[in-house]
Amino acid sequence: MSRRERTWTSWLYVLPALLLLALFLVLPTLQTIWLSLHGGTGFSPTEYVGLQNYVQLLSNDSFFLNLSKWPPSGAMVNSFLWLVLFTSGTVGLGLLIAILADRVRYESIVKAVIFVPMVISATATSVIFRFVYSPDPTIGVVNAVLTRLVPGLEPVPWLGRVNLVNLALIGAGIWIWTGLAMTVLSAAYKSLDREVLEAASVDGASPWQTFWRITLPMMAAPIGVVSITMVINGLKMLDLVLVMTQGGPRNASRTIAFSMFWEVFNNSRAGYGSAVAVILLVLVAPIVVFQVRRFRAEQAGR
Amino acid sequence: MTPTRGSRPPGAGRRGVHPLRLLGQGVLHASLLGIALVWLVPSLGLFITSWRPPEAIAASGWWTALGEPAFTTGNYDQVLTAQGFGRSFVNSLLITVPSTALPVMLAALAGYAFAWLRFRGRDVIFLVIIALLIIPLEATWVPVLRMFNNPVGYFGLTGVPVLGRLDLRLTASFAGIWLAHTAYGLPFAIFLLRNFFAGLPRELFESAKIDGASNLMIFRRIALPLSVPAIASLTIFQFMWVWNDLMNALIFLQDPAKRPLTVSIQALIGSYGAEWHLLAAGAFVTMSVPLVVFFALQRYFVRGITAGAIKG
Repeated sequence: MSRRERTWTSWLYVLPALLLLALFLVLPTLQTIWLSLHGGTGFSPTEYVGLQNYVQLLSNDSFFLNLSKWPPSGAMVNSFLWLVLFTSGTVGLGLLIAILADRVRYESIVKAVIFVPMVISATATSVIFRFVYSPDPTIGVVNAVLTRLVPGLEPVPWLGRVNLVNLALIGAGIWIWTGLAMTVLSAAYKSLDREVLEAASVDGASPWQTFWRITLPMMAAPIGVVSITMVINGLKMLDLVLVMTQGGPRNASRTIAFSMFWEVFNNSRAGYGSAVAVILLVLVAPIVVFQVRRFRAEQAGR
Repeated sequence: MTPTRGSRPPGAGRRGVHPLRLLGQGVLHASLLGIALVWLVPSLGLFITSWRPPEAIAASGWWTALGEPAFTTGNYDQVLTAQGFGRSFVNSLLITVPSTALPVMLAALAGYAFAWLRFRGRDVIFLVIIALLIIPLEATWVPVLRMFNNPVGYFGLTGVPVLGRLDLRLTASFAGIWLAHTAYGLPFAIFLLRNFFAGLPRELFESAKIDGASNLMIFRRIALPLSVPAIASLTIFQFMWVWNDLMNALIFLQDPAKRPLTVSIQALIGSYGAEWHLLAAGAFVTMSVPLVVFFALQRYFVRGITAGAIKG
């Protein structure tokens, strides 16, 4: 009797949370999938169009995916660029800083400086980088440095060029998120078995060999975890793009998440935008499966 | 090439200072300081610009400002009063405090249950929560906004006599965004606290059970006091996410008088995109609170992040 009673009261602990999760995450996601099969304008589209939105997005929307010209362009391509460059940039730099800073006395100061952008809002960061990238000679520090180093160089409008804008935005993204990668990887590096590293160096391995053959394989797991986090963040990138460029110039910096927001809230195409959201959902789904598996393996090992 | 003991660079080791090693040390320090400089300069530029009068900003770069100092508080005065950032600052607080307290409380209860109580489907539900950790919020915005715009209709209650005539639009009040932030913060919060609770020693709970303590008593007297560091980290993270959030406020708060700082900045860029003095001061106002929190509570950040706490 008392055991059954206890089981019943256990639900009271989780019920408020589960109710909110169902109402704000589970049900809306299912509704979005349903909405994505509808067309028309307005916020509550009713006209059922089947997979028409997806066909349109993937084959006939040059802002979303344009494979007819080389190089390919559109939000899908830009998000792929984010995924690759943003992930490798943050993880690579984070690892480099973690290992280098471990060797100096002012480690904590360097790490604090690198981490600070993590606590600033993407909105404030957007303002910061509108300054940094500005072609105005009294505002943009990048151009001020470049024009002084390279005589005769005209200031470059980094956010105004179709072929530069994505790289400039990804640069700002890396500036924000490297601190997170560094913090995790630094903790992992410090917990490595020092004797193995020292043995390698006694055996005559160069620092370079030690890094590639020993340090890196030993840190594969934390590097994997951080990379997954960065892949997710790269895929979902929205606020930085919205505030810094509004997807421009000439729609060149749209990402998948930006397209979703823009189609729904600017173009009033809720069904079309929902299809974009579902594509994003499908892209992160493998990561969900991977994370759940990883967690189950962890639990089994306990 | 044999320096005295005291002046030996760190890491020079027993083998003495080989010239190549000295060069390596030089490269090490130069690259670290170079990287730190790249990370510092953007914020520093914004900070200095925010204190310079508009004429000075137009005339020379902020990097020359230290040579010819002319600073003013005028930009801040203008942003806080004329541009309404004072009001937005209060709004940001009004949004952030409940949106932080609520999910932390709900997640503490749920995390405890997922770690130490038994009920049917517990482990499956927890796996679903891990999946929800990664779901893009983009996939929820439209239906949630429809719910907020017309809660009575959304739940099919239009026919109910009194309810049908009530105006319950949640986009016009803070209640909607409190609920949204709470729900969106829950997967991570539950995940973090459940893992922390699960790491506490089993004997604690078993001996309390034997002494006749109820689950609620164990939660309040044992689990909560022991998890203060984890709850502190979580509270700080949630506070930062909500304070720094732009998208949810943009979508779910449609009363301009209730704008938080992030939305005000975004609006300022739209209408005064070239007014650098206003943008700089405004951006720094939004940054001030997170910066103070970070420097005051730095150790909780590192602890929270390395506890396996990576938000998707």
